[in-house]
This record gives sequence, structure tokens and C-alpha cells, in this order.
Amino acid sequence: MTAEALSGTASPGPRPRIRRGVRLSYDKVRNTPVVLHPEGVLIPNPTATAVLELCDGEHSLTEIARLLADRYDAVQPEQIRSLLDRLADKQVVEWT
Amino acid sequence: MTNPKGAVPPLSLTAELTHRCPLHCGYCSNPIELLTRDQELDTATWREVLTQAHDIGVLQVHFSGGEPLGRKDLAELIEHTAGLGAYVNLVTSGLGLTEARLQSLVDAGLNHVQLSVQGADAAIGDRIAGTRAHHHKIIAADLVRRAGLPLSVNVVLHRENHHQVAALIDFAEELGADRLELANTQYYGWALRNRSQLMPTADQLAAAELIVQDALVRLKGKMQIVYVIADYPEKFPKPCTYGWGARQITVAPDGTVMPCPAASAISTLQLENVRERSLGEIWYDSSSFNAYRGDDWMSDTCRSCDRRELDFGGCRCQAFLLTGDAAATDPVCHKSPDRGVVDLILAEPRRTGLVMRSPSR
Ligand SMILES: C[S@@+](CC[C@H](N)C(=O)[O-])C[C@H]1O[C@@H](n2cnc3c(N)ncnc32)[C@H](O)[C@@H]1O
Ligand code: SF4
Ligand code: SF4
Repeated sequence: MTAEALSGTASPGPRPRIRRGVRLSYDKVRNTPVVLHPEGVLIPNPTATAVLELCDGEHSLTEIARLLADRYDAVQPEQIRSLLDRLADKQVVEWT
Repeated sequence: MTNPKGAVPPLSLTAELTHRCPLHCGYCSNPIELLTRDQELDTATWREVLTQAHDIGVLQVHFSGGEPLGRKDLAELIEHTAGLGAYVNLVTSGLGLTEARLQSLVDAGLNHVQLSVQGADAAIGDRIAGTRAHHHKIIAADLVRRAGLPLSVNVVLHRENHHQVAALIDFAEELGADRLELANTQYYGWALRNRSQLMPTADQLAAAELIVQDALVRLKGKMQIVYVIADYPEKFPKPCTYGWGARQITVAPDGTVMPCPAASAISTLQLENVRERSLGEIWYDSSSFNAYRGDDWMSDTCRSCDRRELDFGGCRCQAFLLTGDAAATDPVCHKSPDRGVVDLILAEPRRTGLVMRSPSR
């Protein structure tokens, strides 16, 4: 399935948002983006970082998938969904 | 800076601002001899410690104690830490938290509050805390929720409150916790003195296990539950966090720098102080942080074991407290030649009469 196929529905779908108390930041000592959250620190890979930058409660999953498909050819919408599910389990993002 | 043991930058700092505390928890893991107010680092020194921590890579600061709210400069230290870009967590009993005080901390940049709860109701909560503490938990949790901060509730479990596990889960839900940590007592400091009185029965542990399993499923996505098991009855030890000197630094109220909050128990360790040496030098170059990095120090039992990457040979503080040798295999491990020590403790008849924690001046 492509991002286009996913966006073909009337409903824009759920909009992920970084949870309150969680922060995406950049660490100058390690030269890497970091996710700071109540229990610790995650070091997101470039795809996760790009997804998290769009987790503002404004963009729907479909839109995020479309925006990232332009940048990262290999990224499938299903992968983004499962990445977001994992981040939701870790209480980094929530669905709105 | 490079380090012969392959140390990488630390991620978190626990700043124990004071040992002073209005509660008297018999399970408290802080040392038996508490530091007094006149031994505490002053504001300027704490600021310098926090700056140094940030410079060497610390991204998360836990303000703890004792009761960190007992320090008048808490808001200033939070503001300084948040200004450096680090994540700020407050570990508190909730006593002393008013709406105005919390607002000042939130304005300063506080990100998260971890509130300790002693029991599911006032009768047990106040008895364990040794003071009227329980109603403060309800007030504090409500303030934190209304301020819009995420809330974690921490409960230390022992024989006097283990029967309340289900009620404690309900209580944490009522408090609006995003996360609940149910931790069986770890026997360090004052808690070690009360070990026999605190140690849960096998029946209590078995019952709790089922209740927690059920709650994990029932509350998935609503409230996260972390259950820290009692290690003595286990076959394998708990890991030494992510490894000794791998991620965390603890600074005691007087500036003593430790690889873990319980490390002052290891009397053979040459702990250093931020008043004498920079945090970076202590992290990379001190004998205390280098002592149990890597696996050269390990006994043959651990060095030849596949699990050493998972548990790092278990807890160094526990090894020292139970065997007198901080480099020994954690005696909880069934492969340890000292496992008999733990079995004996488990088999002993349990004493009653929890001794309340004596206060610091
Ligand atoms: C020593 S307290 C200091 C902060 C504050 N006074 C409080 O109790 O929340 C830090 C944390 O350690 C936990 N704790 C204390 N004694 C413990 C023990 N023996 N085993 C495990 N956790 C313990 C407390 O519940 C608290 O979450
Ligand atoms: S565990 Fe209890 S006695 Fe110990 S510092 Fe925390 S509130 Fe105070
Ligand atoms: S022998 Fe050492 S490394 Fe192996 S499981 Fe036991 S404590 Fe862990």
C-alpha cells in the first residue's frame, strides 16, 4: 500500500502527538537527536526523528506518511504506523 | 576525554539535594548516618555541578533527597538545569508542595514529578511514613495534574503493605498517575536494618504477581505499571543498572560523587567529591567509577558466564553488604558460592516491629 492509497479516505485518520512531558531535542555532546522522557533518554534513528518532528497533533498519520515518502523512498506507511505504535507503548506519543 | 575502560558520556544525574526529610519511612534506602544541613553543598556549588554534568553529556536530572522541597533554592536549581537544556524530574514525598511552590517550579522548567506513596489509605500510609503524610499525596497529585505535568507514583512494597497491591494500583489510578512503579524494597541503608521486618512472605509475592499481571493488561495505554521484583528469592540477580559507571551519576548532599545511590555502603570504595575534583575527571578517571567497569574485575564465575552482559554480575553494593567483597558475584545468583547467605536470610523467622527512620538535623 502507498501513502496515496492510505490518503484516499474521507477521514484524515488519527493524529499522533508527542506527549506532554516528552521532548525532542538535540544533544551536542553526542551529536544526535534525543528524546527526553520521564523514564530516560531515547536516541531515535533518522526516520524516527523525522516522524517525531511531525507528531504535533496537526498532521495525521496519512499526512506524515505522505510527507516522508517524498524524503525517504524506502519508508512504508505500515512501518510508520508500527513505529508510532511502539512510541505510543513507550508513552512517547499519543493518538489524538 | 577517553577512558581505558571504554566509558561513554553519562546520561543522567541524581542530585540528592538534602538528606533532611519530614517522613520516617522504615524502608528508606538512604544511609543510616544522614548528612546534616551544614554539610550540604551551597547553591553556587550545585549550579556548578549541574553545569559540569551537562558539559559531559547529562541529559536528565533527578532532584531527590531526602526531601528536595526542603531546599529553598530548588526553583533556582531547576531553572539553571532547564536552561542548560536538560530534562528535570522531581522525586518527592509531596510534603511541602503547595500550589504556589509548584507553580514556581513549573515556571522554572520542571518536566515531571515522581511522587512516593506509602500506602493505599491514610491508616497504613501514615503509619509507614511515621507522620501524617497520606493526605499530602492526594493534594500533591492533584496539583501536579492541574499544572499539566506528567505524574509517576512510586510505591515501595514490603510486608506491611504488600497485601494492598490491588488497592495501591486503584489509588494510583485515582491520583491520575501516568505511571506507577511498584518496587519491592531493596535492602540498603536504613532498609537493611529492617530487612527481617520488611521482607514479604512468599505468599504475598505470589499474590502480587497475579494482581500486577492482570493490571498490566487491564490498564495498558492508560497507566503504565513497572513492577520491580524482590530479588532474594530469584535465581538470577538484578542487573547493576546499565552497568557500573555506564550511564548514571549520583551526587550526595555533601558533594560525594557515586556510581549509584547505594554506593556509599561500599566502604572499600574511594569516593571523591565535587568540591575537590570536576565531575568529568571523576566520571572518567576516578578509581571508584573505574572499579567495576568492563569485566576484568569479575570473579571467574561471572567472567565465564553468558549473562554477564545482561546483569554485569549483579549489584556491587549487595555483593559488598552480604559478602564483604564488592567484586564478588551477587550472592542472589544461584551460581554464587555465597548463595547460602541469601537462602539463610530467606529461611530465618521474620521479626516484627519496623524501626522508624531517624531524622536528619
Ligand atoms: C530515597 S527517596 C527520596 C525522595 C523522597 N523523599 C521520596 O521518598 O520520594 C527516592 C526514591 O527511592 C524510593 N525508595 C526509598 N527506599 C527504597 C528502598 N529501600 N527500595 C527501593 N526504593 C526505595 C522512594 O520511594 C523514592 O521513590
Ligand atoms: S524514602 Fe521516606 S524517609 Fe526516605 S527520603 Fe524518601 S520520604 Fe524520606
Ligand atoms: S554468574 Fe555472574 S554474570 Fe552469570 S548470572 Fe550469575 S551474577 Fe550474572
